[in-house]
Amino acid sequence: MGPGTVLGMTRIDKNPNGGNTAVTVRGLVKHYGETKALDGVDLDVREGTVMGVLGPNGAGKTTLVRILSTLLAPTAGEATVVGYDVLRQPRQLRKVIGLTGQYASVDEKLAGWENLYLIGRLLDLTRKDARSRADELLERFSLTEAARRPASTYSGGMRRRLDLAASMIGRPQVLFLDEPTTGLDPRTRNEVWAEVKSMVGEGVTVLLTTQYMEEAEQLASELTVVDRGKVIASGGIEELKSKVGGRALRIRPVDPLELRPLAGALDALGITGLATTTVDPETGTLLVPILSDEQLTAVVGAVTARGITIGSITTELPSLDEVFLSLTGHKASAPQDAVPTDTREEVAV
Amino acid sequence: MSAATITATPAATDAHIPLRNHFRHTGALIRRNLLWIRQDPESMFDAVLFPVIFTLLFVYVFGGSIGKSLGGGQEAYVQYVIPGLLAMMGMNMSQGVGTGFNTDFNSGVMDRFRSLPIGRGSVLIAKIVVELMRMLAACVILMIVAVLVGFDITSWIGMLGAVGLATVFGSALMWVFITLGVTMKSAQSVQAMGFLVMMPLQFGSSIFAPTDSMPGWLQNFTEYNPLSSLADAARGMMVGGPVAHGLWVTLAWSVGLTAVMAPVAIHKFRTKN
Repeated sequence: MGPGTVLGMTRIDKNPNGGNTAVTVRGLVKHYGETKALDGVDLDVREGTVMGVLGPNGAGKTTLVRILSTLLAPTAGEATVVGYDVLRQPRQLRKVIGLTGQYASVDEKLAGWENLYLIGRLLDLTRKDARSRADELLERFSLTEAARRPASTYSGGMRRRLDLAASMIGRPQVLFLDEPTTGLDPRTRNEVWAEVKSMVGEGVTVLLTTQYMEEAEQLASELTVVDRGKVIASGGIEELKSKVGGRALRIRPVDPLELRPLAGALDALGITGLATTTVDPETGTLLVPILSDEQLTAVVGAVTARGITIGSITTELPSLDEVFLSLTGHKASAPQDAVPTDTREEVAV
Repeated sequence: MSAATITATPAATDAHIPLRNHFRHTGALIRRNLLWIRQDPESMFDAVLFPVIFTLLFVYVFGGSIGKSLGGGQEAYVQYVIPGLLAMMGMNMSQGVGTGFNTDFNSGVMDRFRSLPIGRGSVLIAKIVVELMRMLAACVILMIVAVLVGFDITSWIGMLGAVGLATVFGSALMWVFITLGVTMKSAQSVQAMGFLVMMPLQFGSSIFAPTDSMPGWLQNFTEYNPLSSLADAARGMMVGGPVAHGLWVTLAWSVGLTAVMAPVAIHKFRTKN
């Protein structure tokens, strides 16, 4: 019964993993003069799933979201959202998407309620429906008390929630979240995560960009890792985690000279599966990817067996840098300053 | 969801937005811009205070001495300067449209509007309508102050005509400021740019003083300055005098500015990332 049925002619490709594709991106390129913001990106998001697009600043994440939400025209390539082409059918496409940008895109001078009512009216709801939808969403995002206050008086978290509410007014089929928690404190971030999870529970397909592995792990079922406008890895979150190590064990020997011999010894154990131990000379630590508690025990056992003094052992989720290190052999960094450093690092590896 | 499983053929054109929906969208956005004023009454300062301050300033500071050269006194100058100030009002108010758009683009709210299934023109038209309302409010306030300082309205129809002409010229100028607002980086630079353009145009005209005592090169400038034509036409309509020449020149400028700048502004607005 959606708007697409009227024009409907051909079925879109079935995703090999089963389920229909809500977002399809093929060979997407966007150049700004010499800068290649996107350099041939392919991506599929299955209906009802959350795709995390993970990458550092300048990787092209925001450009991707802006193209998919018709704010920006690609230089080359194709992209469709629930079957609507970003270039040929922008208006139909805009009816089925919701967008929450990196910087809260609400009208700060208007009250929260007025923001939502305005968008309801722009989405062709009747006055009555726009009113009740605004009330309903304010309630749902715990903003009822602040409904009549201008958005400029809201805290960062409240503003982000209002932004999420605004993108939900049209009951979108696909939601684009561009770094939804960047700049939020941990407590507020958890609130936003909970909201996103509940939206997903309602069957919305989400494409989410983030710089944090932790966020991707919390929200996404599939992950696409991008760097300098290119996809460098993609797949299920478990699959990628096994590549980069689900957790990492950070070991700091008291004597830094022990770092490399210890790394060699741990690698020789052959217990860490796909990924290997990395040495971080700056902090004087070793990072050992581990997949299970058994492996954790084995690593600790091996360290003890060498009889060296350990300053600290901590387990942590791999950071974006470590994911990049495992996947590409270089650290995640902005494209401009990355090029010379990377060449050197790659030679060393 | 059937919509998700089906796609349109490449030949299918983009969905058409019915006219009624355009009206609804524009109406909702006008409401938004009016709420801005309620939320931030200071944004009306220019419309309210500008006519008051300029009228008092020019009438009481320069009125006596310029009035003398007009062959009268302060009363003569009131009759001279009020139609001029009316001409200026359209120009000054049209500036706000530029800074407003700039703020919208910088705050990201324009992204939200552009990701909604509405015609982009609705955002533009709503802003223009509200600026026209501000412009008319400024004109009304000016006329009230004018009567208080002793302005004698000889022709009410002429006054309405003058307000109308100033509004027409002001709307034509809006396209220039929309272009500036969309192109320039910050609202402050839009304002500074507007000031730079407007100062010489305002004072190098027949708005505040008759041009015959000005040096020849400046007289040439004032002759071609559309604000002189507008001020002369307004003066003719409100207090009597020649109207036709100024009227036609002003209308020609308005049409010309709109014909050139409206497509540029709309193009910049549509393609701005």
